[in-house]
Amino acid sequence: MNLKDVQRLLEADVLTGEDTLDREIRTAFACDLMSDVLTFESDKTILLTGLVNPHTIRTAEMIDINAIVFVRGKMPDVETLELAKENGITILVTRHILFASCGILYSNGLYGANIVHK
Amino acid sequence: MENIKISFDIIQHDFSKAGEASSNIKKVLKQLGIPSDTVRKAAVATYEAEMNIIIHSEGGVIELTVDVDKVKVVAKDKGPGIKDISLAMKEGYSTATSEIRELGFGAGMGLPNMKRCSDCFDIQSSESSPTIVTMIIYLKKAND
Ligand SMILES: Nc1ncnc2c1ncn2[C@@H]1O[C@H](COP(=O)(O)OP(=O)(O)O)[C@@H](O)[C@H]1O
Ligand SMILES: [Mg+2]
Repeated sequence: MNLKDVQRLLEADVLTGEDTLDREIRTAFACDLMSDVLTFESDKTILLTGLVNPHTIRTAEMIDINAIVFVRGKMPDVETLELAKENGITILVTRHILFASCGILYSNGLYGANIVHK
Repeated sequence: MENIKISFDIIQHDFSKAGEASSNIKKVLKQLGIPSDTVRKAAVATYEAEMNIIIHSEGGVIELTVDVDKVKVVAKDKGPGIKDISLAMKEGYSTATSEIRELGFGAGMGLPNMKRCSDCFDIQSSESSPTIVTMIIYLKKAND
């Protein structure tokens, strides 16, 4: 699956990174607590979250996540989008809720990301 | 490689700059050509330490040292310190307020995350004292 498929399946709008939609996506994870995000291993991974602020972008940056889907139609502010652009992070927004977004992607073959073990 | 030492001041409750120090540190490590999994571990550990200084302390400083065999990050603050360190280290333990949680922090995973990401992890603190967290990640030799 690539980002274009994610966009189509979730009927999402692309807010940054229009030119990155052919990037391959293998796994996903979904959560609203950023310390939980930091426990995941990322490898061609997207983050689905309802937490829409610059900290989400910073958190993604730390673990090399380069695409984020904001759910429930939550629109990021200018500051958040600027930080995403600066870091080459693609931002999608879907009107689906988190649960439905995950269900749609899972049933189309996307797997859950692994937690890092020491 | 020459030794590199950089430090960043971290201001209490300054959420607008939250993550900037870690982002800079991550960029420096990348530029030095350090392997990406090591950079990622150092970035996560530093980010958690930076957020703890912003959220829980009266402000402090983060120091990065890189030499031939290791990356060292020291996070020092001005207090108020941690009374029960073993409780603070427990996964899920957090004293963060609901306002902090709304920003996405306060999962109580910060200190455990820092420990998991480091090869050596040390925390020194007590009530009404500074907290000093020292984290070391060793660089593997090319032939490892
Ligand atoms: N630098 C610090 N100064 C004072 N207290 C701290 C500091 N770092 C951590 N703590 C205490 O330890 C707890 C656990 O920290 P952590 O595992 O990072 O979780 P969180 O930051 O999500 O609360 C915090 O809620 C706080 O009570
Ligand atoms: Mg923390």
